Amino acid sequence: MAGLNLSAVSDDEDDADRDDRPVLSAAAVAAASRSTLRPPSLQTLLEDVPDSAAVPHTSSSGGDSEGKSKSADKSSRSRKLKHDVIEAVNELIQDINTCHEQIAEQAVEHIHQNEVILTLGSSRTVLEFLCAAKEKKRSFRVFVAEGAPRYQGHLLAKELVARGLQTTLITDSAVFAMISRVNMVIVGAHAVMANGGVIAPVGLNMVALAAQKHAVPFVVLAGSHKLCPLYPHNPEVLLNELRSPSELLDFGEFSDCMDFGSGNGAPLLHVVNPTFDYVPPKLVSLFITDTGGHNPSYMYRLIADYYSADDLVVQRRPTSGN
Amino acid sequence: MDARRVTRAVPRVRQVGFFTPNAPPEQPGPVRSQSGPPNSNSPPLSGSPASNSLSPVMIPPPRHLSDNLGARTGAVPVPGRANAGDHATVGSYNPADSVLGLESPPPTRIGDGESSEETESSLGWYRRNNPAKFASSFPGGGFDLSPVKQPEIVSGVEAKNQPPEKNEVQKGQASSSKPSKAKTTKAERRALQESQRAAKAASKAEANKSGGGAASSKTVKQPSQKKDAPPVASSVATSERIGVDRPAEKERKKDVPPPRMQFDDESRVGKAKRRSVLNQTEARNSIELFRHLPPHKNGTQLPYLESKFFELHDKHPAVYKVGLQYLTGDLSGGNARCIAMLQAFQEAIRDYSTPPEKTLIRDLTSKIGGFVSFLIECRPLSMSMGNAIRFLKSRIAKLPPILSESEAKAALCSDIDRFINEKIVLADKVIVRHAATKIRDGDVLLTYGSSCVVEMILLYAHELGKQFRVVVVDSRPMLEGKKLLRRLVAKGLSCTYTHLNAISYIMHEVTRVLLGASSILSNGTVYSRVGTASVAMVAYAYRVPVLICCEAYKFHERVQLDSICFNELGDPDAIAKVPGRVDVNYLDNLSDKQKENLKLLNLKYDATPSDYISMIVTDYGMIPPTSVPVIVREYRKEYLLI
Repeated sequence: MAGLNLSAVSDDEDDADRDDRPVLSAAAVAAASRSTLRPPSLQTLLEDVPDSAAVPHTSSSGGDSEGKSKSADKSSRSRKLKHDVIEAVNELIQDINTCHEQIAEQAVEHIHQNEVILTLGSSRTVLEFLCAAKEKKRSFRVFVAEGAPRYQGHLLAKELVARGLQTTLITDSAVFAMISRVNMVIVGAHAVMANGGVIAPVGLNMVALAAQKHAVPFVVLAGSHKLCPLYPHNPEVLLNELRSPSELLDFGEFSDCMDFGSGNGAPLLHVVNPTFDYVPPKLVSLFITDTGGHNPSYMYRLIADYYSADDLVVQRRPTSGN
Repeated sequence: MDARRVTRAVPRVRQVGFFTPNAPPEQPGPVRSQSGPPNSNSPPLSGSPASNSLSPVMIPPPRHLSDNLGARTGAVPVPGRANAGDHATVGSYNPADSVLGLESPPPTRIGDGESSEETESSLGWYRRNNPAKFASSFPGGGFDLSPVKQPEIVSGVEAKNQPPEKNEVQKGQASSSKPSKAKTTKAERRALQESQRAAKAASKAEANKSGGGAASSKTVKQPSQKKDAPPVASSVATSERIGVDRPAEKERKKDVPPPRMQFDDESRVGKAKRRSVLNQTEARNSIELFRHLPPHKNGTQLPYLESKFFELHDKHPAVYKVGLQYLTGDLSGGNARCIAMLQAFQEAIRDYSTPPEKTLIRDLTSKIGGFVSFLIECRPLSMSMGNAIRFLKSRIAKLPPILSESEAKAALCSDIDRFINEKIVLADKVIVRHAATKIRDGDVLLTYGSSCVVEMILLYAHELGKQFRVVVVDSRPMLEGKKLLRRLVAKGLSCTYTHLNAISYIMHEVTRVLLGASSILSNGTVYSRVGTASVAMVAYAYRVPVLICCEAYKFHERVQLDSICFNELGDPDAIAKVPGRVDVNYLDNLSDKQKENLKLLNLKYDATPSDYISMIVTDYGMIPPTSVPVIVREYRKEYLLI
């Protein structure tokens, strides 16, 4: 599901790399020209250095002998490539760790006095967001919906009260009842799709519909690393995970029904326990990312910052015999 | 206006303001002062139409209500209302007490049929203004008028009723005391209250302090008060003459249900506490938004209540048992609670014997009132139960005094049986038949929680041989769906089980949603288990039809916009703990300071807006949600009268 995400290796490095290359295939020429316009993608990186790129790919299958047979400069190139990749990954980790602060800085713009905020489940981004607002002495109350069946809402409620916020814990069934008195719904996301839709913990589509009915803004906090270039076709099924039924039903209670091997033709009892929900972009009022606030219709542009068009689909290299 | 009104050739002009017709202006005087020949009343009435073809709305000058009170000497036995009847309109769950009190169905059972129609026609549109007290007014014909106590009033009102004028003029005349503006609801109620207060003061010595003393809420007081007012308005002999114009006035008047008791009113809550049987526990962390609702009384009260068994001698053991079952949550579900309550009342009635020097009607009504208040303390009434109580009280009120005690008791018990049978059991059968026609082969039916009617529908359709799947959606904290699931699977239906958060996932395979309801309000809002609104909303978003299956006795004339105005609070501790999941223990060890900040909210009901509902299946047929007030209005009389 996730496309490769590699932060841009700087152009300078790559150009230097290319200058060393003795032979340039047609693809490499094309790649080189592309690279001058856009930050190089992993695809272009790997294309430009076909031989040395083959080394990391096949090294897992034990093609060390091939690597050793190349010239030394190729191995240095591969070392450089590895270095670049590792650096990019480190940058990504750094991004992920700091996105909370950048998002939380914007809390003051959105939360004022005497507000009532609703959230479901638990998200560290949301926790930091609310605490930042609290530190700036904004007064507000939080309704936390517990988020069955993982009950992460309990965790978030505990954290919030530890930091001194007025919190009320409600069940998910009470969301519609309470939302008429809520000013804003703030939630985290698991992933943000290319169309602005959100893959979120289960139950949030229901909350988003209720918020739309009562004209309550539905704000999604997402670090930019959660952007995904895929378009969600049939997201409930394809982009979902089903978890164990034991979270819903005790196996002991219903073992006679759920045992398919019982042989007496007992009716099958299916238990459905999805992990994620898809929230369509029209239900989301605002995305708050570390680059600021955005409309759902704008999110696809951000993808271009982090993904190159080539990397949207990871293609398998045609077997070149190397 | 009303189609039932006779169309006139000459349009009437409404004159607002004091209008003194050619007749003596002190029209209402005779009524109040109990003096003056009856016919003094007639001239103005008959005169007015005669005098000018335009019969104006005559608004008599406001009389002081205390005038009337002299008329009702010892009439109203206010059963054990220790506190002065301050507000007639108070009551946490007033099943349209105004209806109870004011709507006096035809007095005699014997003359039921024709007299009621007669009243209707003759009274035309006797709009309100006949306070419950002056129930002694009644239609011209068809009743044995044996004026005993207040002949003047009786005749006075009667005379007024003669001319079947169907305009508010009559109302103005007939009304003893109030300015008869079409919309003086408040004034009428105030009049009612004041007259009741005076009557109570007058009859305080006689008032039997029954177990109603244990009542905590005014709701019971109110109904009892009003209930007693009409029948007891006159003496026993005239108890048959229950307000003739009352029914008409009732309907026209659109009895506005009095507001429910709000628990953030300190004075009332204080009084309630002094009377209560159970310990009123202060909610630890009461949510600001819900301060107007009574806090939850959980099962920890059980030992306390058990120990008080012998002190509650005035509570019949059957009622006591039902109360305990409510308190612990063993009995839940609208129909089950209602049937259990009615059967407990049946037993209580069978064991009842009238104390000497008391009338059966009054005493029994007050006893029932006491039972109801005890049950309210255990768990607040559902609206369907309120309707059932209203029915019972009206049946008691309509008992002809000539019946012997055993006959009366037998009649009441059979009435209760009839109610249960017709309104619940048979109604369920009709609903099941209707709804089963909406299930086709290959359907995927979704249901939420556990509704007995929906379960019956599914089992019936399965017996008919239809091929369908069921999706059972469940939610915390009650997890009622598990029980339904077990029963369905045992009968051989193929089921899918999921939790409420996953409805967006499952809804795209669902073809119909079947839901039950605790009550349906007059604006089409469905008042049902918490979470129903979310299910209906998601179904609507996915364009899946939503069918509500609900018996008609659960309809109510209240309106409600959201789930906060009226609700029931459950046990907050049920939220913090998840049974069966020991890993969810995040909230176990909180410091005190943290506990202050954390509040747990456990709502039991919520209000689903009518736009999400496609159809309501009732025993009157399949109706859209907009037709609920029609059923309430047209058929309410019927079920009260049976």
